[in-house]
Formats: sequence, structure tokens, C-alpha cells
Amino acid sequence: MSSIEERVKKIVAEQLGVKEEEVSTEASFVEDLGADSLDTVELVMALEEEFETEIPDEEAEKITTVQLAINYINENLA
Amino acid sequence: MIGRRVAVTGLGMISPVGLTVAETWENILAGKSGVSPIDTFDASAYTTRFSASVRGFDIGPYLEPKEARKMDTFVQYGMAAGIQAFEDSGLEITEELAPYVGCAIGSGIGGIGQIEKNSEILKTSGPRRISPFFVPGSIINMISGNLSVRYNMQGPNLALVTACTSGTHNIGIGARLIAQGDAQAMLVGGAEMATTPVGLGGFAAARALSTRNDDPEAASRPWDRDRDGFVLGEGAGVLMLEELESARARGARIYAEVTGFGMSGDAYHMTLPPADGRGAALSMSNAVRDSAVPLDQIDYINAHGTSTNAGDVAESLAVARVMGSAAEQVAVSSTKSMIGHLLGAAGAVEAIFSVLAIRDQVCPPTINLDNLDEGAAPLNFVPHTAQQRTIRNVLSNSFGFGGTNGSLVFSRLD
Repeated sequence: MSSIEERVKKIVAEQLGVKEEEVSTEASFVEDLGADSLDTVELVMALEEEFETEIPDEEAEKITTVQLAINYINENLA
Repeated sequence: MIGRRVAVTGLGMISPVGLTVAETWENILAGKSGVSPIDTFDASAYTTRFSASVRGFDIGPYLEPKEARKMDTFVQYGMAAGIQAFEDSGLEITEELAPYVGCAIGSGIGGIGQIEKNSEILKTSGPRRISPFFVPGSIINMISGNLSVRYNMQGPNLALVTACTSGTHNIGIGARLIAQGDAQAMLVGGAEMATTPVGLGGFAAARALSTRNDDPEAASRPWDRDRDGFVLGEGAGVLMLEELESARARGARIYAEVTGFGMSGDAYHMTLPPADGRGAALSMSNAVRDSAVPLDQIDYINAHGTSTNAGDVAESLAVARVMGSAAEQVAVSSTKSMIGHLLGAAGAVEAIFSVLAIRDQVCPPTINLDNLDEGAAPLNFVPHTAQQRTIRNVLSNSFGFGGTNGSLVFSRLD
């Protein structure tokens, strides 16, 4: 089983159409990985699906980087 | 056409018999059918189990996978055809030109595949799982929108929706915008992909489709006495139109001139034409008058000719009435005999065939026309094989549900 970090990075790469090695933990979805607002909505949906959870909209808005996504999953699912 | 003259300088196409204009045209002139059994979903419960579908399409050469994923298939077809047409034209859009270059690319149905998919998601997983790209990926003006972003086209941005006349109307209105000075160049045409479970079911329920399941390649047979409905097609056609003098000044290759555009409404019935084809006749005569081309110099008509019972006869009678004594020499064919009915893309791919007929001085055939319907006017329907002849001007017809009609005249430039 891959780590949460690996799973998050894999989904980010798939959703945003970038290579996995470009997805650093510090990367911002919009500024570094070229996402627009709808891309981030879809990305959160993909994370919800992968980790079988529901991320409330007010929480989802705060997830703007790979690290913040990993943190959220760790805090809410671990 | 009143105003500035309009040239065709670029062509692009995705069709059931080819993924480019050149490949499609070669197969059309050879009389090749693109009709085959449906294998993209289980069609066993349907009265019609075949279609004229696009085969082997790959959006990869045109768009990044990340972009393509957000688009319904009809948008992808339209983007591919639009990119082909733009590149074929060689037009360069400078900052000065950008406000005068636009897009008018429509569709009859739009993103029905995405509508079906997201309806299913709603049912099984709830509203939170509906894709944020569902709406921008499925609404009809998204081909015009995406092409404008890609090429910095800041001029008029439209997508007319008039069922099976969409392609023709977008070309005609696009040409008018250039003639009247709203635009210098326009990418115009149509795209369609309604070969989906609900799309097929809807046209089958309307009793519009052929049910010749035992011989799909013979199913689309315009004006033949044994025809029994149209064949659902899919694909896209896009043309680059430019103001003639500016096209000449930049040394563009000019395929033909758009000289006439006419429209009409049947004011009769939602899906049936009046038996005498009066709406079709009005549309044609409006286009011919607009073109100022004498009737005896219209050498070829690319008919709407869908292979339906009522429509084929009505159109033939309308052609005979409008053309008068010139009906004896005009060639009339339906390329739908090979590629089926592309609905909102039909007028666009047929406009391209009309332009190529002028370029190559050849009329594409009507295949499967074995026995002419006794009720049809006795015209030269170019049965089975293409006919080489002098082609100065071509008339192209489209008629749609709702009783919406459009006709275009293309002319050879000497």
C-alpha cells in the first residue's frame, strides 16, 4: 500500500495533467501546477473518491497546495 | 451576397469515412460507406443497431489530454476540425487583426453524452459527484469558445443551434458577418456526436432512422424506393472564411467564393416537411437570388437528401420547381448515402464537399440509389459513381426539425 503522500501526488498528477515528479509537496495547485478554479474543484472530488471521504466546501477551499491536501487527509482519516 | 466578397481559405473535417478532409474526400468520391454496426454500447435492444460513426479518432495530436478530458466528444471533433481548418488557411492572427476574427460553430444536439453520464452519476452517487466540467464541457458554444482562446480570436463568437441546419446557418451567418464588415475572417461550421444510448433511442422513437439492420451499408439510400429512414452520423466540419481582398492580399489559397445564402421556415410541422417542399424551395431560391448566379450556371446541388420517406421526395420536387428548365442539366447528389446524417455537422461537411466539387470539377455520388422513387422528380441524382463535369456554382441544402431551412451557394473563382 502506498503512503498517503504518494497517493495524493498521484491523483494531483493525473487530475492536473502534470508529471508526478513535478508534484512537489510545496507545490501550489494554481500557481505552480497550472490549475484553474474548476480544476481544483475536480481535484478535491478525486481526493474524496480515493480516500472515501467527504471534504466540506469550506475545508476544500483551504486546500491549495499538495502539503495542505496531505495534512487534511492525515488529520481527518488517520 | 450584398457587401464585401467572402472566400473559403481553409477546410477541416472529422467524418465517418476519414479523419481529415483529404481522406474523407477520397472515400466519398470512391462511393465508400461509413455505416456499420454500433459497438460503443450495447444496442441489442434498439430497433436500429448501426450508425455512421467516426472510427479511430485520437484527440492527442490536437489537444493536451488534460484539456480534452473536459470536453464532450462533439467538442473534441469540432476542435480537431477547427484546428485543421485554421492550419490549412495559413492565417496569422496579429494583435491588429484579432478583434476582426471570429467563430461560428454550432451543433444540433450538443453534449448529450456528458448529460447522460452526469445524470447517471447523479442517480448513483448524488449531486456532489457531478463534474465541475459538465456544463463547460457540454454546452454548444464551447467549440467557438475554445478555438477563440487558442487562436486569440476576439471578434464575433457564436454558435447557432438549428437542428440539422446548424452547420449551414453558421456558415451563412459567418459569411454575412464578413460581408457586412463585422469580421475579416471567421471559422464556421458544425459538430455532432449524438450516437449515444439516449440519442439513438430518441431518433429511433421518432421513427426517423432506418432499421435495415441486416445490411447497414445499404441503409442510407436517398430517393431510392426502398429507403426507410436516415442513418445517424457523427463528426465535424469547419471552414475558414475570409474577406476576399484581404485573403488575396496575403496570398492565401482560395478554394471558392461564398456567393449566396438563403433561409426559410416551413411553418408547417415539427418533424415533417410540407409534401411540396415549399420551405426548401424558398430557402433555395433565396440563396440563388442572393448569389445573382443564373440558374443554368448552377451545375451541382449537394442535397439534404437524408433517405427519409417524406423529405427526399419533397426536396426533389422543390429542386425541380426552383430550377425550372435548368433542372434537366443539374446534378443532384446526397453524400449522406455514404456518411449518414451528421445532424448539426451535416451542412458543414456538405459545404466542404461542395467546395471540393468546385476545386476538382467532380460531383460525388449517391450510393445505394438502385430504383428511383416514382414520386421523386426525375433528376440526375449521380447514382453509384462520381461524375466528372464542369462545375461553376454549387448549391448546398440543409433542412431541420422545427422546419428550419438553409441553403448556400459556392462559386468558382477564376
